[in-house]
Amino acid sequence: MKLKYFSAPYLVWMVVFIVVPLLMIVYFAFTTDDGNFTIKYISDVGQYANIFVRSIWLSLIATAVCLVVAYPVAFILSRMDKHKQGTMLMIVMLPMWMNFLLRTYAWMTILGNNGIINHLFNLIGLDSVKLINTSGAVVLGMVYNYLPFMILPLYSVMEKIDKSLFEASADLGCNSASTLFRVIIPLSMPGITSGITMVFVPAISTFIISRMLGGGSNLLIGDLIEMQFLGNAYNPHLGAAISLVLMVIILVIMTVMNQFDPDEQVLM
Amino acid sequence: MENIINLKDIVVEFEDGERILKNINLDIKDKEFVTFLGPSGCGKTTTLRIIGGFLEQTSGDVFFEGKCINGLPPHKRNVNTVFQRYALFPHLNVYENIAFGLRVKKVPEKEILKRVGEMLEMVNLMGFEKRSVNRLSGGQQQRVAIARALVNHPKVLLLDEPLGALDLKLRKEMQIELRKIQQELELTFVYVTHDQEEALTMSDSIVVMNNGYIQQIGSPTDIYNEPINAFVADFIGESNIINGSMPEDCVVEFAGKRFPCVDKGFSPDETVDVVIRPEDVKIIPVEKAQLTGKVESVVFKGVHYEMSVDSVDNNWIIHSTKACPVGSMIGMTFDPDDIHIMKKSEGD
Repeated sequence: MKLKYFSAPYLVWMVVFIVVPLLMIVYFAFTTDDGNFTIKYISDVGQYANIFVRSIWLSLIATAVCLVVAYPVAFILSRMDKHKQGTMLMIVMLPMWMNFLLRTYAWMTILGNNGIINHLFNLIGLDSVKLINTSGAVVLGMVYNYLPFMILPLYSVMEKIDKSLFEASADLGCNSASTLFRVIIPLSMPGITSGITMVFVPAISTFIISRMLGGGSNLLIGDLIEMQFLGNAYNPHLGAAISLVLMVIILVIMTVMNQFDPDEQVLM
Repeated sequence: MENIINLKDIVVEFEDGERILKNINLDIKDKEFVTFLGPSGCGKTTTLRIIGGFLEQTSGDVFFEGKCINGLPPHKRNVNTVFQRYALFPHLNVYENIAFGLRVKKVPEKEILKRVGEMLEMVNLMGFEKRSVNRLSGGQQQRVAIARALVNHPKVLLLDEPLGALDLKLRKEMQIELRKIQQELELTFVYVTHDQEEALTMSDSIVVMNNGYIQQIGSPTDIYNEPINAFVADFIGESNIINGSMPEDCVVEFAGKRFPCVDKGFSPDETVDVVIRPEDVKIIPVEKAQLTGKVESVVFKGVHYEMSVDSVDNNWIIHSTKACPVGSMIGMTFDPDDIHIMKKSEGD
């Protein structure tokens, strides 16, 4: 096949910008400044266990919220008239056309101590509430930014479900709730797994959202890594080690996730 | 036999004001094989969906065993459906597809095993339990769909053009098999098709529909031999439909000639549709015939030849076991009781 030569540019791209950097991370993680092998940095990662736990916990919550919010949206979207679907999808995508930083700044203005929400609270005689610099604000930022990544894969899977399957399910005795659990959820499983992947992975490694909405008290892994490369705590070896551990964690979680993908089971 | 389903004055109107069903009145008898027959868009599937509960009528009542079931959702109705494109659950294997309805009703596992086993045996799919439904042939999927519906022991089985996607040979086999299942289980089958041959083969009773109206209800023989109007005659089998008039009882005039017939009760010189089946046209020597024509084409159809014959102001279709050469002149005659006289259908 001559066609495969066309993939050569991508192959080069992949090697230069993905494989080589990965190997460099591994190299940096296991060496000292003068190039000797060490596992010091990897074992140092253990000191930051609490940050790892917080990152995993907050991004799990954000992923769960995204799933709960996106699922009905995607379902309603997939059952709309074809010509309305296009408009609605555009509305879902619209926030993504704006700069990520800008969107997050907007939330700072809304949630701030003298922000829009607190201003409204004061107007109706309520006391100000601390909204910004909480873990809740971080989760909100994650949900807001990554929600489309959950809606889209769910929508594309649900859109392919034949309407007659819902009728068949009703015909065989299912009310709406049992149709949801016996037909819709099993059939949208591939969308659920890829939606979770697409939200969880960027959420666990984010650093802008936590910095801007979480203040100093909600440090995430992303912030920690950034600090090792750009911050005062400059230490690329430790940064590489943290990155490596994070990758392994994500890999393990994704492997577990894929066990729930029904397509995989059929192939066995 | 008692009626199991009654439809009273059913009207279905879509939001855009289009009337799909215009006043349907129908009684379906228990343990009967009823077929809704008609061209696409005639309202036959809509009527089926009304019975199944997938569609709510704009006005009118549906009765099931004498009880009004207006507004009752599908899962509460004692009917099951075999859908047009089967609608099997792609995430479940053959066994789980068939067991679906029983699992919903929380039937004990042991009984599910027994009943699904019986169904698999009935539709000849033993050994396919673990097979994914995506890896079945069209005919096998069809059987799973039938088993999945029947395992619930419904009183009535609704079938929406279930054999449409199968090839001719398989379709004929399934027709006979469906009929056998219906008679063995003593169930009411309501069957939708646009294939008149299928309707004639399987049904106890045929409901011919067109344009949202019921045209005729009757046994296959009645519908075929005594079509009530030109539409039914044309739809059930091929027909020669000719404009004529009734000068007096038992005499019909068409193509400028008078013929004896057996129909009475028309007003003098009333214009009528004269319907003659292609196989009822007898070919006789030209010199003995009142009506003559020139053979335009001959097509071999297996059992018979189909000839197109050009006569005075009509084109006749004749089925005969003997072929006449193209271009030759032939004479045509008809037995009085093969001439069917029908009132002109109102132009709707």
